[in-house]
Amino acid sequence: MKKEGKEYIWKDYQKEIAEDKYFYVRSCVRQNFFPGSEWAFQKILREELKKDLFENAAHTSCTGIGYHTEIVPFETMMTVVARQFALMTEAGYEHFVSSCITSFGIYSEILETWEHFPETEARAHQYLKEATGRDFIKPKNLAHTGDIIYKFRKEIVAKGKYRLVHHQTGEPLKIVEHIGCHYSKMFPHRGIGGAEYPYVLVGMIEDWGGKVVDYPERRHCCGFGFRQYIVRANRGYSIACSRKKFESMEPYHPDAILTNCPGCPMFLDRWQYAISEMEGKTYGENGHGIPVLTYEELAGLVLGYDPWDLGLQVHQVPVEPLLDKIGIPYDPSKKFLGKDGRDLGRPEAPHFLKFYKES
Amino acid sequence: MGKLYDRLAEDVRFQEGLKSCINCGTCTAICPAAEFYNYQPRNIAVILQSRDDEQIETLLKSESIWYCGECMSCKTRCPRGNAPGLLITVLRSVSQDLGYFTESEKGRQQLAIKRTIGDWILKHGYCLYPSGILPDAHPEQGPIWEWEFSHIDDVMDRLGANLNRPGTGVLRRIPQESIDEIKKIFDVTGGTKRFELIEQFSREKAEEMGMELDETNENEYFNYIYTTDNGQHLAP
Repeated sequence: MKKEGKEYIWKDYQKEIAEDKYFYVRSCVRQNFFPGSEWAFQKILREELKKDLFENAAHTSCTGIGYHTEIVPFETMMTVVARQFALMTEAGYEHFVSSCITSFGIYSEILETWEHFPETEARAHQYLKEATGRDFIKPKNLAHTGDIIYKFRKEIVAKGKYRLVHHQTGEPLKIVEHIGCHYSKMFPHRGIGGAEYPYVLVGMIEDWGGKVVDYPERRHCCGFGFRQYIVRANRGYSIACSRKKFESMEPYHPDAILTNCPGCPMFLDRWQYAISEMEGKTYGENGHGIPVLTYEELAGLVLGYDPWDLGLQVHQVPVEPLLDKIGIPYDPSKKFLGKDGRDLGRPEAPHFLKFYKES
Repeated sequence: MGKLYDRLAEDVRFQEGLKSCINCGTCTAICPAAEFYNYQPRNIAVILQSRDDEQIETLLKSESIWYCGECMSCKTRCPRGNAPGLLITVLRSVSQDLGYFTESEKGRQQLAIKRTIGDWILKHGYCLYPSGILPDAHPEQGPIWEWEFSHIDDVMDRLGANLNRPGTGVLRRIPQESIDEIKKIFDVTGGTKRFELIEQFSREKAEEMGMELDETNENEYFNYIYTTDNGQHLAP
């Protein structure tokens, strides 16, 4: 096939990502469960890549979890989104970057709705004006924070101290990549590689020296399901989805799972613990779990950041087996210390899942 | 064409989500909820396509519309561009506005979601907030969350957060003026009205069931809807 033909066929799977000057909005789930990832994103963008990343303290939740549990109406969510865009407009930015995949899906849904139903955009202006006196201009570029790390993945590894290879054998590490459903299942053209060939995490893994694991349930949902996790009576749905994925990936002996969504790493981490308590089953080597990382955590490790600065101590599935394979040094005695070395005690060890190195 | 169908069809998500279902079952094959629950997303599209208000009312009062996890895998795979997951968002919205949601066990759970996620949005500006993620209610979060929860200020400080303090950063205290703006948006766009309806219809159902329901999250009705599973929901 001619080069032009190939380029034409694949153009729908490309995504334009702005080069600089980003207006940044945070993720509710990540702030609670992976605060170190958002810290790392800002550090990488500002200190390593010298980019302009602006955060306004007045931004809020997009209400996405409320919207996808239907307690928040469409028009309400739409107007909250319009307010976020207004904050961007007022700050003089045009490139909107969301730390959350649910939010990224929400922003995509609203921009698509405004395109297909222009009267809804007119209503958003009207509602926002009435409620807040603000107005907005739509972003010129919408990206997820994972898109930004993907865009600069080669710069990151060029500055990096470590690669995703076994430090003793030189073999590439085997990494499972898990894409959050709302990244590209709803609006494929808004994600790198679309819904069929999502490349955002694969690009990082391959350029950082690792090898991607393909397995049957690669695209299955982690099981968040919004109301299916939030309400205690429904959590069987959530753990069943994650378990299906673990059982499917287990024969391939992955060294780690990499995710681009806020909820997915939490569920894939916590449900490994819950399954171990319920069934005595662990999915890693010798009683360990499979470490689950966010893309900022992995980028931070590649760049040589201290694992405890990245927040890897708040994972229920310990990441030490992965650190040992890459050859990243760490101090176990500092894992659970607070700021300035304050003693915070230590979490209890699970019954089956190996947690402390000495145990 | 019936009145309920007309009401559903007003929603742009309904117009986007239902083109012409050929009942091929692709959505059902890919659906995580169909694998777990006694649920078939294709039935949702088929019933709505019938435009039969009697069937639609039964659907709005049923357990079926609460099984979907909104992963939207159906949107990717439907060969005709339908999205049952999107139709579910409209059905649930109308079910709440008409008070039909309290007719099903899964539907009644909406009060618990409103009183957690919904109230946190209006109080803190976040869908989740650490003080609300109680280890006792979340045993799956494991000993790591129990430890973190017990030392939340110290752990968040260690990880560069700005918990409950002014300024930018992780879990910062969102300015009161911003919280007020979000509340005003809820007032203007129907969010406040929906919250009130969820509360009102839930109170009526609690009374009908003879259960105590006060304004806290520690009462008979709240505990019942949050934890009860009648064992009739799973896929055969």
